[in-house]
Amino acid sequence: MAHNTDPEEPNRRDFLYIATGAMGAVGAGALAWPFIDQMNPDASALALASIEVDVSAVAEGQSITVKWRGKPVFIRNRTETEVEEAKAVPVADLPDQNARNANLPADAEATDANRGVEGNEKWLVQVGVCTHLGCVPLGDAGDFGGWFCPCHGSHYDTAGRIRKGPAPENLLIPPLEFVSDSTIKIG
Amino acid sequence: MSTMIKMVRNFAAVALVATATPALAAGGAVPHIERQQWSFAGPFGFFDRGQLQRGFKVYREVCASCHGLKQVAFRNLADEGGPSFSEDQAKQIASEYTVIDGPNEDGDMYERPAILADKFPSPFPNEQAARASNGGAYPPDFSLLAKARAAHRGFPWFVFDAFTQYQENGPDYIYTLLTSYPEENPACLGEDFSGNYNPAFLGGSVTAEECAHENLTGGPIGMANPLSDELVEYTDGTPMTVDQYAKDVSAFMMWAAEPHLEERKKIGFRVMVFLIVFAGMLYFTKKKLWRNVEH
Amino acid sequence: MAGHSNYVPQSAAAKWLESRLPVISLVRGSFVDFPTPKNLNYWWTFGGILFFMLVAQIITGIVLVMHYTPSTGAAFDSVEHIMRDVNFGWMLRYLHSNGASMFFIAVYIHIFRGLYYGSYKAPREISWILGVIIFLIMMGTAFMGYVLPWGQMSFWGATVITNLFSAIPLVGEEIRTWLWGGFSVDNPTLNRFFSLHYLLPFMIFGVVILHVWAFHTTGNNNPTGVQPKTKQDTVPFHPYYTIKDLFAIVVFMVIFAWFAFYVPNYMGHPDNYIEANPLVTPAHIVPEWYFLPFYAILRAVPDKLGGVVAMFGAIAVLFVLPWLDTSKVRSGTYRPLFKQFFWIFAGVCVALGYLGAMPAEGIYVILSRIFTVYYFAHFLVILPMLGFLEKPKPLPASISEAVLKGGSGKPAGAAAAPDTK
Repeated sequence: MAHNTDPEEPNRRDFLYIATGAMGAVGAGALAWPFIDQMNPDASALALASIEVDVSAVAEGQSITVKWRGKPVFIRNRTETEVEEAKAVPVADLPDQNARNANLPADAEATDANRGVEGNEKWLVQVGVCTHLGCVPLGDAGDFGGWFCPCHGSHYDTAGRIRKGPAPENLLIPPLEFVSDSTIKIG
Repeated sequence: MSTMIKMVRNFAAVALVATATPALAAGGAVPHIERQQWSFAGPFGFFDRGQLQRGFKVYREVCASCHGLKQVAFRNLADEGGPSFSEDQAKQIASEYTVIDGPNEDGDMYERPAILADKFPSPFPNEQAARASNGGAYPPDFSLLAKARAAHRGFPWFVFDAFTQYQENGPDYIYTLLTSYPEENPACLGEDFSGNYNPAFLGGSVTAEECAHENLTGGPIGMANPLSDELVEYTDGTPMTVDQYAKDVSAFMMWAAEPHLEERKKIGFRVMVFLIVFAGMLYFTKKKLWRNVEH
Repeated sequence: MAGHSNYVPQSAAAKWLESRLPVISLVRGSFVDFPTPKNLNYWWTFGGILFFMLVAQIITGIVLVMHYTPSTGAAFDSVEHIMRDVNFGWMLRYLHSNGASMFFIAVYIHIFRGLYYGSYKAPREISWILGVIIFLIMMGTAFMGYVLPWGQMSFWGATVITNLFSAIPLVGEEIRTWLWGGFSVDNPTLNRFFSLHYLLPFMIFGVVILHVWAFHTTGNNNPTGVQPKTKQDTVPFHPYYTIKDLFAIVVFMVIFAWFAFYVPNYMGHPDNYIEANPLVTPAHIVPEWYFLPFYAILRAVPDKLGGVVAMFGAIAVLFVLPWLDTSKVRSGTYRPLFKQFFWIFAGVCVALGYLGAMPAEGIYVILSRIFTVYYFAHFLVILPMLGFLEKPKPLPASISEAVLKGGSGKPAGAAAAPDTK
């Protein structure tokens, strides 16, 4: 390319190159988005985001496990003793003092009242996925009478709070509500 | 040498005419499908919400007893670019359908009202059951029918179609089929013919010897004329005629087959504008770069 | 591919890399400094366009596989799932299905460009043959890709094409069964087609590298067919041809976008929106448009084995084309008679394509036969004879001379001798 002697010319040429290059970059960026977004949950997966569960048959001291978003959700009808045990623990003694309850503000404390279903505290509904590396904990097990994850030895208490082991957080409580006396809507 | 060139030219001309002629002549007994006006045609096409809602009503009250809609979910009724029912309306519609779910704890399948995430349940459990209930004919599922049916356009029309963006062959055909049922079957079919004749039907032909000279298009069809005036109640003042019902249900079927049509055309327009401007800029960049090269 | 770079590594890191893996000088030698004839016209941009299409097909394809299910029970519904539920799924699928057609449009233009300008002639025979191999793999890939949506045309197209192999004497039946993995096109067939459809594009990619390597060794052909003689005849590939190719690619994308966004089903067949049914054959089985000329040749021969031989022969003849054309002049620009026959041949190919879409009856069959004979005569009779009968126009002494005389398309002064290189 020969050099141009016109003093005004280089500026105009540079502008054209920069504008064309910028336009190409914008186009490439816009084109990339569909290829990234296609890996996000699709419309059918989002539509399955909520389920309704009939819990009328779950007696005190019993649990059921249902599937929500491909993950197990533990629904437990806790006994009086379990609730009392959980209430007796001071929040300050807990490794994770956050309630981890999607129905409460993000900074809610991990008291038993903040863990159970609001207004129906003997019901405990939580995502059955260990917060360490995603295994499913066993029920009625562990040093604290709650859940025990066999993968790496995390112990959860009767309110699903981490007490011992490598897991950093309490078991997550999903968005939920009682839509009738016997039906819980999760999600 | 020049004679040879002439020969060659003549040959080329002959070749062109020879290929074009049979195409033009091949009219025969092929049904003629008239092109209709649709709001969703063309580069800025969009679905008429009212029309889709009316079409859905026609589908539900007239067609749904035989024709399924298995690829469409109830949630789609509230999707953007669709009939735009509110989510509550869509939930209400869903709850009026029954789907089979299960197994429950006892291992049994059970029935429950549909929810938004469910797809439309088909009227028959399988093709055999559908045929058994319909005198051997199989009412096709509606989900993709508007894209799965098209009259042959032939030369040279199919060439123009790429430029005029004609993609509405399906709804044109469905509309024509629904509005073409004659009052009476052609006499040449005889008294014994108890079926339904439709001159627009692509899936059959008239084989009766007596009809050989009538040059009848279409043929016998399993479906009896499903529409009549005042059959479906419209509350928005739209005329309650066969013509209107046919149009509305065809538009609804186009949406069912291509639910992202509006989005596609909208994004397409932006893409076209971008590419044309970008191409223009590249052209000038190229010109600048090459300005000192003789080429 | 290398050997044209005057790249000297400057930084310590670049020197370190260059002495171990000279990848920078390889790329620079092939796509930056590479001396390219300065008179290439826009027909030459289709190489770049094809590379773009190959990459576009691979990327959209990889993404579609993330949502597709290769099983006879689920394939059709999974494609509908992509079209309805996956974010931008409709766009990705339409880009991929129309991309196949755009790929073939570009490859046919590219092939006819080579035919017109004699790009297959010495010393570029290997590049041409590799190109024919790419074309063959492309056809295999496209055919198997069309089976994946598991519509009626997918199924019956697969049935008809795999049945071609049963025409092979003695072992035909066994080969067909082996291809199917059963006694009809079924789940095993779909799964192996899916596997191969994913594999073959990467093989194309490999052969493309060889294809480019070959003509970078001999140098590009150009509209005059005269080899570059001095530095004045060439320009570096970058920025001259990178920008020209990029411009052409974006113009091509406009047409691509027109189809993908506005008439996405124009080049498809409505029957493929009906799920495959092994018990019902559609009234007219038509392959995708890009196979139609070969399909017409297949049907033109009233014998099963003969038809298959003719169809594969129509491609096989391209392999020996470099030795069938006896003319010493490369470019069609300087061959007045060849030019005429070239356009007739192009017309015949289009006509065969049209006939391939028509029912195999009456006048269509007769015309198919005439054009099939002409197709082969073009390669086997006309091209060999033209070299002796034709008096070529005088060639320019160099590319620069042709350019100065007013456009590369016009012959230069009578003083120039035919280039016999």
